[in-house]
Amino acid sequence: MKLFPIRGGVHPEYRKELCSEKPIVALPMPDLLYIPLQQHIGAPAEALVSEGDLVKKGQMIARGQGTVSAPHHAPTSGRIKAVTQVLAIHPSGLTQLTIIIEPDGKDEWADLPAPIDDPFSVKPQAIKDRVAQSGIVGMGGAAFPSAVKLNLGIQLKIDLLLLNGAECEPYLTCDDRVMRERAEEVIDGARIMAHALGAPKVIIAIEENKPQAIEIMTRAAAAQPNVEVVGVPVQYPMGAERQLTQAITGLETPSRKLTADLGVVVHNVATARAVQQAVRYGRPLVSRVVTVSGEAIREPKNVDVPIGTPVAKLVEFCGGFTSEPARLVNGGPMMGAPLVSLEVPVVKGTSGILALTAAEVKERPTSPCIRCGVCITVCPCGLSPVEMAPHIRKDHLDVAAKLGVMDCFSCGSCSWVCPSHIPLVHYFNYAKGMLAEQDREQTKIERTKRLAEEHGIRIEKADEAKKAAMAAKQAAMAAKKQSATAADDKAST
Amino acid sequence: MSTLYPSKTAPFAYSANSVQKTMTTVLLALAPATLFNLYLFGWPAILLFAVTVGACAAAEASCVALSGRPATSTLGDGSAVLTGWLLAMSLPPWAPWWTGVLGAVFAIHLAKHAYGGLGQNAFNPAMVARVALLVSFPVVMTTWVVPHPLFSANALGLADAFAITFGSKPLDAMSSASVLGFVKTELSRGIPVTQSITQVPNLMDMALGYRAGSMGETSALLILAGGLFLMARGIISWHIPVTVIGSLFLMGTVFNLVNPARFTDGTVQVMSGATFLGAFFIATDYVTSPVSKQGQLVFGIGIGLFTWIIRTFAGYPEGMAFAVLLMNSLTPIIDQYTRPRGFGRTRKGEPLPLKVKS
Ligand code: SF4
Ligand code: SF4
Repeated sequence: MKLFPIRGGVHPEYRKELCSEKPIVALPMPDLLYIPLQQHIGAPAEALVSEGDLVKKGQMIARGQGTVSAPHHAPTSGRIKAVTQVLAIHPSGLTQLTIIIEPDGKDEWADLPAPIDDPFSVKPQAIKDRVAQSGIVGMGGAAFPSAVKLNLGIQLKIDLLLLNGAECEPYLTCDDRVMRERAEEVIDGARIMAHALGAPKVIIAIEENKPQAIEIMTRAAAAQPNVEVVGVPVQYPMGAERQLTQAITGLETPSRKLTADLGVVVHNVATARAVQQAVRYGRPLVSRVVTVSGEAIREPKNVDVPIGTPVAKLVEFCGGFTSEPARLVNGGPMMGAPLVSLEVPVVKGTSGILALTAAEVKERPTSPCIRCGVCITVCPCGLSPVEMAPHIRKDHLDVAAKLGVMDCFSCGSCSWVCPSHIPLVHYFNYAKGMLAEQDREQTKIERTKRLAEEHGIRIEKADEAKKAAMAAKQAAMAAKKQSATAADDKAST
Repeated sequence: MSTLYPSKTAPFAYSANSVQKTMTTVLLALAPATLFNLYLFGWPAILLFAVTVGACAAAEASCVALSGRPATSTLGDGSAVLTGWLLAMSLPPWAPWWTGVLGAVFAIHLAKHAYGGLGQNAFNPAMVARVALLVSFPVVMTTWVVPHPLFSANALGLADAFAITFGSKPLDAMSSASVLGFVKTELSRGIPVTQSITQVPNLMDMALGYRAGSMGETSALLILAGGLFLMARGIISWHIPVTVIGSLFLMGTVFNLVNPARFTDGTVQVMSGATFLGAFFIATDYVTSPVSKQGQLVFGIGIGLFTWIIRTFAGYPEGMAFAVLLMNSLTPIIDQYTRPRGFGRTRKGEPLPLKVKS
């Protein structure tokens, strides 16, 4: 298949060998599970259980609220210990409402929704309902509710479901393992999703550094005429939605539009597998494969983890630390988030837990920019980091906005490559946060202004109406007077 | 300045790139040509080279100390040594010691630190120094000698070398003109290029370096090899060298075809003077050249054109240094007009129109 070049990108040290040959192993059930109500983009779910309730595996314990949200389910059977504030996995270090489950060790399934035996003959809506009901979110890390993304097929004509198996982040191998060990399920799930979207074709894109996955998936897809497996070049950030879409279709998603506007919807391979489980067996999303890796981890592994497992348990299962890690990361090293504590729970979007040594991170002191321009060369968005950064440092956010800082998706390539070790992404994140804030403020001010203006206009209109009425009255009176005088005149003549 | 940034956000992985590594690679690329030229011009050249590089390092240390930081804190990045090295290569090899010292003051104090230090200077420090010296001391700066290779019959002893570099031994007796200088002088005497060019060293000698000139001007081949090495290592890209050399060659060739008596041909233009040193090592200076590839193309073409114009029409036989400085001054403007196109946006920055699907 003919591929199209994407702009920029880097070749970080992939370090996938730490974990790529480790088969998925299941984590023994921990003593406590912590299910945060918000594990996804959108509104937090609403708890349906309270302290003391007994729950079965797969039972819905929190329901989605509003259009963009997702429900949550009990990952095992047990008792609700509490519904309370617990430290979240988010780098802010804030707490959030979390359901704590004490497993009973029986791992008993609840009555699950009936399997959809022939998903290709049911209405797309039935699939989407099932996906929504099963609490499935994007498992590549973004954690966007998958049902909402499947709904894009309603307003837009979707030509292609692009299944993202690029896994371009270093260290992470969970998608690789899922594709190698659960290929049939992934492909089945992809076809079901394509049916829900009304997409006639499925392309599964896998970076060429995963030859076994490509081979196994190609074999598994051989029987499906509308499913194609494509090896894509190893080039970070190939797995970014817009970049992958461009590499496969040659189409460049216009700024502020979605790939769906071009007829392409991108889903992660692990998400496809979750959809398959929900549709074929009625099983909601209650566990996921997490890569636990890094030089500071004694035995790196790909672990099938119940949602809500504290990260500490996972680290312990992998033999603990060999040395004090310099950095603890939730996700991949390029775009992941710093892990604030080992006590936080694994959520649906957690693809990796990395414990990195200082030698791996290679963090070094910042020195002055030498204008080498390599940050421009590598930026997949065609931005000029070297130019934006100084403006942001001087708090000239408006200039940075003009230079396109809001288009930056924090892929980290520029920071990675900079010979002066300037924390470029850090600046851009700061600017994006501030600009978004200003935007919200501006919207608020504008709304107030509009309301005030509207109010002013209303008053003015009322005034005018009053004046008009008054003028009419006066005119009428004058006319009366005039006719009276005229009559008088007449009378006097 | 050198603080470990309390980076809370990703990435958590970095390349092995560093300023020091970049500078060291450039020095490595210069080494073969430099060693060969030091051999060709013997002890006086070695002394001058040492004085110039040492003076630049000392100047850097003094500037940093003046700003209240430990004197050696920025020496490690190698940029001052590189500036000194390039300056030494653009001086006449037998020039007196004070040209190197004065050059260091021009380059490091005035052209670099007066602007705020590494990364802040608008003009290439080594070229500022070279031009300042050339304008101030035209005779000293254009007194070339023919090669006196070490260990050869006409090699100089260390004592004589000291007399040349640190004393005031006059050089007139053994001075010689560079190729471009010779052609130019002959032209001003009414002798056409077609005739004078037959008297200069042949192209092979020019390529190898057996001719009069500054260290960087001779031995084009070794400089070229160093430049290709830098490209292979990804330190520089082809954009600047190819456009500089290409536009210079094109101008030379076209005008030579029109009037061979007045204009030297493209090959001589490319092989003589500081063309290779300029194209690969001077014009590609990160700090003073445009940051985007498109900008670098414009910049390179500009240098090629200006070099040719100055060599051909102005009073100086060699125009590379002036051309580089001229284009340096345009770098901010070039940068502004050659930003890459944003993903999903038009050149103007508007979102791309959505293609209507058939
Ligand atoms: S990569 Fe770093 S040093 Fe190079 S131009 Fe960009 S910010 Fe400056
Ligand atoms: S982090 Fe932003 S600016 Fe830097 S390379 Fe990625 S998209 Fe470009």
